[in-house]
Amino acid sequence: MKKQPEKSAKAKKEEVLKDLRMFGGTLYDQMEKGRFPWVEMPSRSTENIFYSPDFRQYILGEKFVKRSARNIRHIKPFTQMVWAGFFASELVKNRKTSTLRDVYYSAQAYEMSFKDQPESNNILTDLETATGFAREDFNVFPEERSALFGDLTIEYTVPGYEGKQLNMTSHPDGVMLGPSVVSSEFAKSGINKVIAIEKGGLFTRFIEERVHEKFNALLVLTAGQAPRATRHFLNRLNRELDLPVYIFTDGDPWGMHIAMVIISGSANAAHLRGLTTPDAKWSGVYATDIVDYKLPTDPLTDVDIKRLHELEKDPRYTGDLWKREIKTFLKIKKKAEQEAFSRYGLTYIVDEYLPAKLEEMEKN
Amino acid sequence: MVTFQEISPADFFYRNRDIAGFTNPSRAIFVSVREIVENSLDSADQINVPPEVYVRLTEEDGHVSATDSGNGVYRLMVMDNGSGIAARHIPAAFGQVLFGSNYKLKQARGTFGLGGKMSILYGQITTHKPVIIRSSTGGSKVYEFKLMIDIQRNRPIILDRKTKRNKENWRGTIVEYSLEGDYYRAMSKILEYLKQTALVTPYAAIRFVDPKGRLYMFNRATTKMPHPPTETLAHPYGVDVETLQRLIRVTSSKNLLDFMRKHFHRVGQGTSLNFLNFAGFIRTSDPKKLKPEDIKHLVETNNKNKKFKKFFSRISEEKLNVALKKTKHPNMLEFLKSAFPEIDATIVLRLLAASGFVRTKNPKKLKPPEIVRLVRMMKRFPDFLPPDASCLSPLGEDLLKTGILKELKPEFTAVCQRKPSTYAGHPFIVETAIAYGGDIPKKDDIAVYRFANKIPLLYDEASDVSVRVIRSINWRRYKVASGMPIAIMVHLCSTKVPYKTVGKEFIADRPEVKAEVLNGIREVARRLQMFLAKREYVAKEKKRLSVFAKYLPKIAKFSTNLAGKTQEPNIELLVKSVRKFEEAA
Repeated sequence: MKKQPEKSAKAKKEEVLKDLRMFGGTLYDQMEKGRFPWVEMPSRSTENIFYSPDFRQYILGEKFVKRSARNIRHIKPFTQMVWAGFFASELVKNRKTSTLRDVYYSAQAYEMSFKDQPESNNILTDLETATGFAREDFNVFPEERSALFGDLTIEYTVPGYEGKQLNMTSHPDGVMLGPSVVSSEFAKSGINKVIAIEKGGLFTRFIEERVHEKFNALLVLTAGQAPRATRHFLNRLNRELDLPVYIFTDGDPWGMHIAMVIISGSANAAHLRGLTTPDAKWSGVYATDIVDYKLPTDPLTDVDIKRLHELEKDPRYTGDLWKREIKTFLKIKKKAEQEAFSRYGLTYIVDEYLPAKLEEMEKN
Repeated sequence: MVTFQEISPADFFYRNRDIAGFTNPSRAIFVSVREIVENSLDSADQINVPPEVYVRLTEEDGHVSATDSGNGVYRLMVMDNGSGIAARHIPAAFGQVLFGSNYKLKQARGTFGLGGKMSILYGQITTHKPVIIRSSTGGSKVYEFKLMIDIQRNRPIILDRKTKRNKENWRGTIVEYSLEGDYYRAMSKILEYLKQTALVTPYAAIRFVDPKGRLYMFNRATTKMPHPPTETLAHPYGVDVETLQRLIRVTSSKNLLDFMRKHFHRVGQGTSLNFLNFAGFIRTSDPKKLKPEDIKHLVETNNKNKKFKKFFSRISEEKLNVALKKTKHPNMLEFLKSAFPEIDATIVLRLLAASGFVRTKNPKKLKPPEIVRLVRMMKRFPDFLPPDASCLSPLGEDLLKTGILKELKPEFTAVCQRKPSTYAGHPFIVETAIAYGGDIPKKDDIAVYRFANKIPLLYDEASDVSVRVIRSINWRRYKVASGMPIAIMVHLCSTKVPYKTVGKEFIADRPEVKAEVLNGIREVARRLQMFLAKREYVAKEKKRLSVFAKYLPKIAKFSTNLAGKTQEPNIELLVKSVRKFEEAA
């Protein structure tokens, strides 16, 4: 192991609980003094979201909002947030996990009904903003889509599995990146890079073609836009194990953006840290690859072109690579999927394209 | 060959019964009940006794109507505790159309007692049965008459007459007769009429037994009655040629000056002189033809009366004689006016009248063109005093409120009595009320209850002035939205209600009346607005408080748990502090 995790899962749990206790304590003291409870947190309105070149992600600015129970319009969301904090602390204490949908329904048990799912989600984001923890730290996880495959051994921390270890090659379809994997600690690693893949088909092809062995890689399926837990996990692989992360997506503006969100995060998560992997690299499929490899293509649609123009103005797309690829896309007006390489045979992508790409990446 | 034939008033109404509202069997039975009940209420009002009216309508089995129309025959009985009618007047009062109304004016439900007689006439036409009248003025006897009307001659025919001892000192009148009708189609209107009558007459007790034997009770809510109206004379502005001719026929006045003073409302010596002078009905003596004693009389009249002396100072007989010899003026009025140009003409006229120099015609000797001119001049003369309202008997704000609370049971009501006003010489008072919520049903349109001289008006609502006024108002200004439970009452009292038709159904658009109705409705609407605004505020406040009361304890509970404490913080003070005023809690 090259690097120790900054905090053990247990320590993190203690820290979360301590923070929630303080949050409750503050409100408690305010009420004890005969005052309406209130909290202050950074504003998440669009005018307070800035791109920080230093952090290489979106961050919140200097503006703060005060939520007070004195205000008739605030008191309901305020109460909901306090409830959410209470619910999170119950989850963490009892080592249970939950989903956003679960949270929405659980509220009803406390006569705290949310109007709809977005309201419930928004309240959880408030709690994240007020405490600085991601909802995953409160054991609230999204529905699982992502999977792992490769020679990485993890050690579970979830109840009933503490100390048990599992190698990520133990299942031929890959291991699902669920709450127990996310909260595990890294025990052993025989890998020296991480390859994130947008699509399930290619992920399976890579396993079949033993890419993990040939390149000592951990394969991570993002299944489209990577969920926050997956982004957090990639961040940990990069940070704790010091592994380079390469991202393979379709050759279109949407695939390009999947890579960008893993690298620089999204505006929606501007209040959180640890969800980005600034050193990760988008490795294809580039617009220039479409030209160089003479890939079968589809024409760009109007929506694709509109999206490219949006990305041109996006502060995250400042690097030369991004500028060059956007320009090329707009020039050739074509896009290609990862599977397009199959025109040269099923193994072409693994035998020819991938080694060439990885070599190019490592050179930079 | 054309033949001409005189017809009696009874005959006229027989032939034109549609005009009086007897258009069809259901309408006829409604109008009959209404007319007889109104006579009963009027007769109790007249002696200032809270009315008690008992109405019974029974179906007569096996009787076929005389018109063979297939409609039912009903027996209508109405009993009241009113003044009763002296025995000698009973036959004419019930059996002769246009009998015996004097022409003085005061507010009453019926005007000439025409409606009641029309109803009896209608009963006779359709069933050919007599009417039975029992009445007592509270004396030792009760009189019972069985009458029919000789339609062609407009005379009562007395079929039977009985006298009974009045052991219980009963006072009142019972009218009983049969008529053809269709009760089941008229039922809703009759009940609505009785309900609205109970509303506008809250001091009356009305009971009604319908043909099915169902008893409807409208109890009195108070024994207070509105001030009874005093009789007044006709106002000159409201007089027409026919009225004037009738007055001339009955007057004992020998000259117009006296006639005007005696028969017209708010006309005194000064107004009478001024008007007759304006109209050209005054002649004063020729200065050249005066006898010495006449001149002496004039001088003495002036010099002995402080009032005249103030204006004319002392008049010297010698100087006057000299001036009279030289004058070219044809009459004394012109002469005195030029001699005392600075003195008001009224004073001059008064002096002349007091001295016996003013001559006016005997009204009985007026020629038809003169009568027409007199009426026209009455309308043109600008200086008649407006009529006063003592001849009116409005309900008053308290009674109107009592009636509304009793019959409509609203959550809120506001009433308003406007100051007396006049149109065309007829005094009138408008009373308005608005009622909201409670038992009032929610409807798209505002429910309108119209009354004229305490009579509910039930037909032709859309043409009525009140409805037009209500429609012209922008109700959103008063926080009133469609679908709110709102009722508006408009009561017009007048010696002459400006009905548009004979049938007493709706009130015409007189500008003066319209303006008063509009102002009256605006006034009560403003008060409703205040009520609604306050209620809205209280409701909002309650809702606001309930939000705090709901969430603060939860915040307390969850943060106590989060903080790891066992004792919840005291939030009672916080909940109290958001309470803006006590009654909202």
